[in-house]
Amino acid sequence: MSEIAPSTTDAPILRSENLRKSFGPIEVLKGIDLDVKRGDRIAIIGGSGSGKSTLLRCLNFMELPTGGKVFLEGERIGTVRTARDGSQSVTYSERELMSVRRRVGMVFQQFNLFPHMSSIENVMEGLVTVMRRPKSEARARAAHELERVGLSDKLDVYPGRLSGGQQQRVAIARALAMDPEVLLFDEPTSSLDPELVGEVLRTILTLAEDGRTMLLVTHELGFAYRFATHVIYLYDGVVHETGTGEQIFRNPQKEKTRAFIARSSEFSL
Amino acid sequence: MQQYEWDFGAVLAYWPMLLHGLWGTVAISALAILFGIVGGGLVAAMRMSRHVALRTIGTAYIEFYRNTPGIVHFFWVYYALPVITNVKLGPLEAAVVALATQSSAFYAEVLRGGIQSIVRGQWEGATALGMSRADALRRIIVPQAARRMVAPFVERSFEIVKTSSLASTLAYGELLYQGMQIASITYRPLETYSLLALIYFALLYVLSSLAKILEDRLQEA
Ligand SMILES: Nc1ncnc2c1ncn2[C@@H]1O[C@H](COP(=O)(O)OP(=O)(O)OP(=O)(O)O)[C@@H](O)[C@H]1O
Ligand SMILES: [Mg+2]
Repeated sequence: MSEIAPSTTDAPILRSENLRKSFGPIEVLKGIDLDVKRGDRIAIIGGSGSGKSTLLRCLNFMELPTGGKVFLEGERIGTVRTARDGSQSVTYSERELMSVRRRVGMVFQQFNLFPHMSSIENVMEGLVTVMRRPKSEARARAAHELERVGLSDKLDVYPGRLSGGQQQRVAIARALAMDPEVLLFDEPTSSLDPELVGEVLRTILTLAEDGRTMLLVTHELGFAYRFATHVIYLYDGVVHETGTGEQIFRNPQKEKTRAFIARSSEFSL
Repeated sequence: MQQYEWDFGAVLAYWPMLLHGLWGTVAISALAILFGIVGGGLVAAMRMSRHVALRTIGTAYIEFYRNTPGIVHFFWVYYALPVITNVKLGPLEAAVVALATQSSAFYAEVLRGGIQSIVRGQWEGATALGMSRADALRRIIVPQAARRMVAPFVERSFEIVKTSSLASTLAYGELLYQGMQIASITYRPLETYSLLALIYFALLYVLSSLAKILEDRLQEA
């Protein structure tokens, strides 16, 4: 993102250099450079299989990168070991990964709420189990987060009794409760009925107003345009083009970007 | 054909022996289930470990018990173990060791099946919050898996109660052994073994009713 005027001036919160990920012989991410500053909202777009989910999952280390570097608040994640033959490898301690995942929150396409817990228990869970907060404090915090996503009336309802849109808002509240420095969304509305998409997108926009740092993978280009301070077009595991929403959507420089946007908005109103 | 004259009275006269046998069966089964659960937890942990060596040991253990008959374990622990270790176990201890090691293998599979039936998304939801593997298991995976494990768990436990009758071959006074004694004293095998079947049935019926209550409880939670 370095070629774009930063929306804020401080150092990047999250940064990747030449990030690579292979599954067996197949290289999915082929060297991604990313610079996320505080308050940035980055929309990641691209075709199916281009590596969008893999990129997000490498940034919170749900998948371990197979090459490159990731920095969180300037600190390199992982420990570099140099073998006797001079080759280097990176190892990650479980403890370090747990801390990264706590600091880089994630909201999934399939929500992944815990079905045996009520809404408020879902939101409290990380506070109690991971942050070791007292229950009463966690409960108050969770109620506050659920209020923020407009679900104060659903505190004791189990996920199975909520609509998809409500479930996704609980999932957002659950991520927010951990006070993450960066929040990742992987197609948060893709599994929702069309009429439920709006409530989730509005919730995400309110987070934008609060100045949250977010990365969002989405097929909703219209929303990406409104939401993002930066847009990344991922193609075949590399950042093919990047710029502001205005630049990418209104004036893409590369042929493939232009074709993708034309294809994706073919039937929009 | 001559009409057979049933005479349960002759057999029931030996009820203290039967009671003793029932107690023996309950003792072996309860101990084997208890140790089997603990062992099963360990074997399941090995089987699902990230370390290849542990995984291999866990798998080998399960395969061994799946592919050898129970009575061989009883004889091995009772007659063969003393030869190589100098440890001579009594019939009860030998029966419990044989049954518990065997049931560990089966309980391990119940645990693993339950845990793996929980979809990957639940692990991801938990780890994305920064939970450790152990916390994710304890708070998220096992509570959901528990419900699905009750039925196969009960089935395995029934198997243990029934298999405990093999202890009769070590001359341990559990139900079957006591029945054999009574049959040879009274010359009434028909009544004796019919009664035995009834007692086993009643015992397992009580157990399954208890299991049903447990299952309902878990369903409500
Ligand atoms: N765990 C995995 N093992 C093997 N291959 C994988 C794995 N995860 C992803 N891949 C492969 O990596 C490639 C990129 O997948 P990824 O999910 O990142 O794409 P995506 O851009 O998110 O696609 P979509 O828009 O369909 O969600 C695909 O070819 C996929 O098959
Ligand atoms: Mg994806």
